[in-house]
Amino acid sequence: MAAPRDYESIPGTYVYDAERGRVGYHLNMFCMSLNDPKNREAFKADESAYLDRFPLTPEQKESVLKRDWLGMLKVGGNIYYTIKIAFCDGLTFQDVAGMMCSMPKEEYAKMMMAGGRSPEGNRYKEEAK
Amino acid sequence: MARIVGGIACSHVPAIGAALDKGNAGNPYWKPYFDGTIPAREWLEKIRPDVAILIYNDHANALSLQMIPTFLMGTAELFPVADEGFGPRPVPPVYGHPKLAWHLIENLILDEFDMTIANEMPVDHGLTVPLSVTCGQVDRWPFKVIPLCVNVIQYPPPTGVRCYKLGQAIRRAVEEFPEDLRVVVYGTGGMSHQLQGERAGLVNRDFDAMFLDGMVNDPQKLTKLSHTEYMRESGSEGIEMVMWLAMRGALGGKVREAYRFYRVPTSNTASGLLCLEPVNP
Repeated sequence: MAAPRDYESIPGTYVYDAERGRVGYHLNMFCMSLNDPKNREAFKADESAYLDRFPLTPEQKESVLKRDWLGMLKVGGNIYYTIKIAFCDGLTFQDVAGMMCSMPKEEYAKMMMAGGRSPEGNRYKEEAK
Repeated sequence: MARIVGGIACSHVPAIGAALDKGNAGNPYWKPYFDGTIPAREWLEKIRPDVAILIYNDHANALSLQMIPTFLMGTAELFPVADEGFGPRPVPPVYGHPKLAWHLIENLILDEFDMTIANEMPVDHGLTVPLSVTCGQVDRWPFKVIPLCVNVIQYPPPTGVRCYKLGQAIRRAVEEFPEDLRVVVYGTGGMSHQLQGERAGLVNRDFDAMFLDGMVNDPQKLTKLSHTEYMRESGSEGIEMVMWLAMRGALGGKVREAYRFYRVPTSNTASGLLCLEPVNP
């Protein structure tokens, strides 16, 4: 049975499936390496040189250097891994969430306080604004 | 004979742990959440478990994409607390129950659940936050803990029905363990939330209410939810709720709802807390 990919119809969502796993492995393993304090120091000291230790594509490397959080997902990043770069930068999950949906931090926090993003109009790509 | 005396469904939002660890639990943002967890803590004290089987997912700490077991059980005597990228949480280490863990592994594998065995592993917030929520800030966790990790990070996670059946097999195995042990099962994660992409921040109260009701009265209905339905309705990370079904399967057919608490927001997440007692323990 071929795996159905009907989740591709969900807007603004990057399911970490076989397709993304195939291209994102090294990017995510770089992120994982930041669990080690010594590696966090080495990354902070020279980001570009540290990234060259991993066989990343130019797009992947660029997305990390630019902290393009949404871009990282598009080139195979998995949020549980890419968030480790944010922790290294002293950012929170909520900071990154706001940046991924292009909302100022305060506006995103306000949306969460008001009950979060409604599923209405956000279930299918066709209906999403 | 060992028996299952309770089930707990609990979100494992890392910010909950951070709020406790930094002494922020009493501030206006967090107080309503922690107040809501007190009855669960009191209930658990009365239940007096000897061991917990805690079903959760690791978040790129003990495990990575290098090897991705669908179901993994920890057999260690002691599980250290993981450094998740900002130092380990200041909580006690977690003592395991190797004898029961090995018994479960043998029985589960012979019952057709191909468990991966972890003799050493650190445990992350997926495990320690539900312990903090239900035991409070303690010097030593009041019971032994057997970690059971489920892959929900690399698609596809195991299906809801598979998790439910795993729970049923856990119950059968527990009941064959010769020592008198009171066992609780935790199903963690959820409820509706999405941490990624332009749709980050999604919360679906109606779905969560349906799911909480189903956990009590009609888990069979919940086992029919497809992965795409979870992700579309409850956010891409809402799919963690398959782990709640593993807990529910371990409680048997009928349960009594001892406590329910639901709150939005808990950081980026709708958090749920549900305490269940098997009607025929």
